[in-house]
Amino acid sequence: MVEFALPANSKVLPGKSHKAPAGATRVKTFQIYRFDPDSGANPRLDSFEIDLDDCGPMVLDALLKIKNEVDATLTLRRSCREGICGSCAMNIDGTNTLACLKPIEEIKGTARIFPLPHMPVIKDLVPDLSVPYAQLASIKPWMQTETPQPPDREVLQSPEDRAKLDGLWECILCFCCQTSCPSYWWNGDRYLGPAVLLQAARWIHDSRDEHTGERLDELEDPFRLYRCHTIMNCTSTCPKGLNPAKAIGSIKEKIASRQF
Amino acid sequence: MTLRSPLGRVRGLGSAKQGVSHFWWQRLTAVALVPISLWFVVSVVSLAGADYAHFRGWLSWPGNTALMLLLLFAVFRHAQLGVQVVIEDYVHDEGLKLIGLIAVKFAALFFGVFAAVALLRVVFVGG
Repeated sequence: MVEFALPANSKVLPGKSHKAPAGATRVKTFQIYRFDPDSGANPRLDSFEIDLDDCGPMVLDALLKIKNEVDATLTLRRSCREGICGSCAMNIDGTNTLACLKPIEEIKGTARIFPLPHMPVIKDLVPDLSVPYAQLASIKPWMQTETPQPPDREVLQSPEDRAKLDGLWECILCFCCQTSCPSYWWNGDRYLGPAVLLQAARWIHDSRDEHTGERLDELEDPFRLYRCHTIMNCTSTCPKGLNPAKAIGSIKEKIASRQF
Repeated sequence: MTLRSPLGRVRGLGSAKQGVSHFWWQRLTAVALVPISLWFVVSVVSLAGADYAHFRGWLSWPGNTALMLLLLFAVFRHAQLGVQVVIEDYVHDEGLKLIGLIAVKFAALFFGVFAAVALLRVVFVGG
């Protein structure tokens, strides 16, 4: 059955407290999930007091400040710090988002930061995403054609057909939506999840792709596709403002329409 | 323990290549239930206080008999499809899941047929 409580060795215990430097006026507390697989200890919640007058505006700035100045063992993924690489996806203030796009001032009170929910944790804020990556590979996220590509030019696409990809191509694969979905929590081994289905839709709606039917065949499955119950967590959490629920709906529509 | 690759696990047994019929019937019965339920509630309210003979006369009109039968079909089909989803979502023991899925189909069929027989009995036999 579904587990509604964490296993005993995953229970989060209180951790260390790091006080703000003397003379700090604008102090903000960050509570951060810590887990070290080598220690064998339970995860813990460490507190860090940060002087906002001496820190950049985004949550990622605070995390890097903590890593640089307070605790160098704090582990997280980050790269572009401008919302295009998707590395710093994590659960901030109860919602999955990108640390680099989340202003600290939007968080009232203590800022609580956890890794993406319901994924195995490698260390601290770094989740193991090998299953979502394999799921992405399984939908063949590349152009598939039978017609040989013209030797002298690209495969053409009309502006109207290109417009059908808007709202799909912008996904950066941060997996905020994937890990916000209760259906994915319960059946993540078989349900492909919102991020992967949005990618599938991106290729299904591409006028240049010639394997639309095969793609739909692969998705028509009670678990791979139809575990989506339109809960809409995906859409409300997407840091890029995309609508995976709508994309999934469009796949269901395509599969239903080929019966008639 | 398994050392199978994530892609091997994700691809698993492949696509079941079905599920659209479940999706379609769930929507179809939901859409049908909106007007039929409204008709049912309005009818029951307007029949409040009626005696048995009056009620039987109402039910025996072919339009009402047909709508009642359709209501029973839509309710039990929709309920079965819904409970099936709940079982698939939350029951992860393969044996229990299979038993649950079979049980809910049999239960919906039995109670649906039972209700339809009772309804037709009132219409054709009465008493």
